Parts: sequence; C-alpha cells; structure tokens
Amino acid sequence: MLTQRQVRLAWLLVLPTLLVAVLVAGYPLAQVFYWSLFRADIAFVEPPEFVGFKNYLYLLQDPDFRQALWNTVKFTVFSVSLETLLGLAIALVIHSNFKGRGLVRTAILIPWAIPTVVSAKMWQWMLHDVYGVINILGVKLGILSQKVAFLARPELVLPAIIAVDVWKTTPFMALLLLAGLQLIPEELYEAASIDGATRWQQFWTITLPLLTPALVVALIFRTLDALRVFDVIFVMSGVNPATRTLAVYNRQTLIDFQDLGYGSAISVAILVLIFLFVVAYMRTLGREALQ
Amino acid sequence: MRTWLRLGNRLLFYLLVVFVVVYSVFPFYWAVISSFKPSDALFASDPNFLPLPFTLDHYKNVFLQANFGRNLLNSVVVAGGATLLSLVLGVLGAYALGRLPFPPRNAVLYLVLAMTMFPQISVLGGLFMLLRQAGLFNTHMGLILSYLLFTLPFTVWVLVGYFKGLPRELEEAAYVDGATPLQTLVRIMLPLTGPGLVTTGLLAFIAAWNEYLFALTFTVGDKVKTVPPAIASFGGATPFEIPWGSIMAASVVVTVPLVVLVLIFQQRIVAGLTAGAVKG
Repeated sequence: MLTQRQVRLAWLLVLPTLLVAVLVAGYPLAQVFYWSLFRADIAFVEPPEFVGFKNYLYLLQDPDFRQALWNTVKFTVFSVSLETLLGLAIALVIHSNFKGRGLVRTAILIPWAIPTVVSAKMWQWMLHDVYGVINILGVKLGILSQKVAFLARPELVLPAIIAVDVWKTTPFMALLLLAGLQLIPEELYEAASIDGATRWQQFWTITLPLLTPALVVALIFRTLDALRVFDVIFVMSGVNPATRTLAVYNRQTLIDFQDLGYGSAISVAILVLIFLFVVAYMRTLGREALQ
Repeated sequence: MRTWLRLGNRLLFYLLVVFVVVYSVFPFYWAVISSFKPSDALFASDPNFLPLPFTLDHYKNVFLQANFGRNLLNSVVVAGGATLLSLVLGVLGAYALGRLPFPPRNAVLYLVLAMTMFPQISVLGGLFMLLRQAGLFNTHMGLILSYLLFTLPFTVWVLVGYFKGLPRELEEAAYVDGATPLQTLVRIMLPLTGPGLVTTGLLAFIAAWNEYLFALTFTVGDKVKTVPPAIASFGGATPFEIPWGSIMAASVVVTVPLVVLVLIFQQRIVAGLTAGAVKG
C-alpha cells in the first residue's frame, strides 16, 4: 500500500536528517576540497591564490607528512592487533561460566566509559617519570632497574601511548567478540567433545571460524578509529614529531599554522586513505565473512 | 593427580580473572585515590594504596579556583542538546527509513552509514569556516551542530534497526482504526522503541560528553569550553608545576556520572553497542 501520501511523508521525515548531513558534512567537505586547491590562510590575511594541485604535490614530498603517516600506521597496526588478541582472551574468559561473571563484565566496561582525555591524563600521571605509580612499583618489584621517563624518551613515547589506547579500547573489542561467542551454539562443542576433540582443536575448528564475522566487523571499526586517532596522542604528547599522527598533523597545519590550503589537502588525503581502507577491507576480509 | 590438575587449572583461571579486573579497574582506582591525597602524599616516594591521609582540597580547588563548574555546565548543555536534537531528528528519519517504503531508501541508508565512518578531522577546516561565517564560533549551538556529525547518523542507524524489528500488524491495526502515519508513529511505535531511545540517547550523550577535537578547536576561553579540553589544559601556578591532584579530582568528577550510568544501563549499552556495530 504505497500511497503518494506515504512517500511524501517519508521524504518530509528524512529531510531534517538530510539537511543536517549537508550542513555538517557535505558543505564543509566541499569547502575542504575547494580550499585544497588554493594557497590560503585560515583568517584570509592574504588574498587566497589558486595553485591547482600544488598542495598535493608538496604533500608527496613533505617529510613531516610521511612521518605522520608512518606514525599512524604503526599506531594502528600495534594498537589494533594487541587489543584484538587481548580482547579475544578477555571475551573467552568472560564467556566461560564462573561465579562473579557479571561483575567482571561490569569491570571491563569502566575503561570504555572513561573519556579519552581523562584516561590520557590518568595514565600521564601513572607514567610520571618520578612520582608515577608504574615507575615506583616497577622498581620495587624489580621489573624496572631504574625509573623510566616513558613519555619523554622518543623510542618509548609511542609504545606508551599505544599501551594506553589498548587499555581504553580493549573492552569494546571484548564486548563485540563476546556477543559473537554467544551466537555459537553450545551443541557444536558437545558434539566435538564426544568426538574426542581437545579444547585447543575446538577453538581452531569451531570458535575461530564462527567468530570470524564478529571479528571482521570489530576489526574494521577499531581500525577506522585508530587511523583517525587524535585525542590520546594530542593530550599525552602534543605535536611531538615522534608521535604526531595524521590527524594531529592536520590540526596543527590548519589551526596552529593557519594554513587552510595545505591543511585542506591533508584532510582530503586522510579521507581518501580511510575510504581506500574501507573498500580494501570489505573486499578481502568482508566478502567471505559477510556471506 | 587428575583432581590436582583440575584444581591447578581452576586456580590459573581465577588468577586470569583477577588480572583482567585489576587491569581494567586499577587506573581509575588510582585516579580516585590520588584525587583525595594531599599534595605531599601525592608526591611521596612510597605511595599509599589507600587515600590516606585524606583531603577534599583538590575538589575545592577545582570548583573554587578553576572555572570547572562552568565547564561542567557547558558539557551538560552541549552533550544534552546534541543528544536531544539527534533523538528527535533520528526518530523521524529512522521511522521513515525503517517503516515507510519510499524509493531511494537504500541510498539514504548508505549515506547515513558513510557518515558514521567519516573522519572528523577531514571536515575540521570546513566546519571551522562555516561556524565562523554563521557567527556560531565559540557558541553552544555551534558545538551542538557540529556534534550532530557523529551523533545523528549513529542514532538513525541504530533506531532503524529497532523500528524494523516491530511487527507489521501493529501498524496495520492502527491504520484500520483510521490513524495517520504520524499518529501511528507517536502513539504506537514510539512507546515501543522506548528502550532503544534510552540506549541510543545514552550512547550519543557519552560520545558528545567525551568529544575533544571539535571542542578544542571551536571554543576559546571558559565561556563555552566543555570539560575535555578544560581538563587537558589544566595548568598550575607555574608552567613547571602540574596540579596532578586537581586534574585527578576533575577527572573523577566527569567520569563518575558516566561510570554510574554505564553500570545502571550495562545490559542495554552492550546490546546497543553490538547492535550498532554488528549492523554497521
């Protein structure tokens, strides 16, 4: 019963959402594309000058951009793979039956509930080179031979931030995987036990294949988040080149350097990168998993 | 021998459980007790694992000296506004997308999905210009509008799922009784999506409450600044003196309401998170 009136009502109801989409995504994005072809500062102190693709050409040889890209890739690979492994382990633990399971599930929601800025500050305090509890405990327990300035040493600062991100985001991963685990029918395991399969064999032949769809979805979500990471990096080490990711570098160019033209070109590059990732991911992993 | 092995396994398992709990909870616990310790205890070389000696100085300091009360109020206005607006617009849009058959439905759904994957940073410059042109830079409305970028698509996406799940007979019965589609939405469908509204609203609120990049870039000074950029830039009397006690107190104040909400709505949040992610 598709009446003219219903179609008109549907359009009317969707219209506000579409308007908002145009206002906060479409129009700003068009501006970003447009200004990426100009040499312009964000306050228009100088009149903007059309330069074509010069900003993009510069981007290809900009060592700071390359470093930011590399930092983003390192952050994404390490953070996502660590939290996947840890999340899977935690999901498996919570999935099994034991007293106080609900309590544990509640406990792991806490890091997720804490704002990223707050968790960054908390860890900054815990990682403090002199008064941080990690240094004090580490030395006392003999894990560290001496106190370490985790956030000041160039080779340690990115790993430290990755550890903080893993702490904050693993619960989300664990919950998604737990939901996936709960969809696997119990009978499969019973049948496998009767056939004499060990726990390990059951994990590889039942759990992992059936968990793949949930795993793929969770991986896509987390990787997208990691590729655009800003908060935890910016709060914990600012615009330090050793940790500066694409998003941090992008904001620095746009706001601190007031460079609207080049900053917009970086924004477009990030958008393209994320778009390519979504397409590639869907193609390789997504297709088989989503069938 | 067998029972010993089983007992050992069991013990190992519980050790693992304890580790998971301590790993998840300890940092927050440490922030809480740090916020109650006087400064000299905070900088002790042998720290106490209980908030002893105990003081409320950092909390007093946060509210009396810093403009933190103002920041909290800003956060409530901005996150609350973005949530309400997303829910109202989201319900209308999701009802159309979930229940009314109209031709470009899938195209609109894909658009919404694309928006949920959108990198905020890519529109930062464009939004900055837009807000300035519209005179919305450094206003609550400006922040609320920009937050719709991520709260609205999420709300629509999850609510479409809820609407789709409702049985068709309900609607048909209402139509037979002569109700218009809008009446059907408000009187019949909306009450049934109550739990969905609470969950999506809560998740949208948390996302807006925690947002940092836009709040940092689109506000100046304490008039509009929300809590995340305020905490990130908390300074001491001198650049060398970081007021860790006050930062921890402020952190606890913004986090406790969230933790309480999350604990109360635990089941629903997990369901909402997985619904949003699995369908997305």
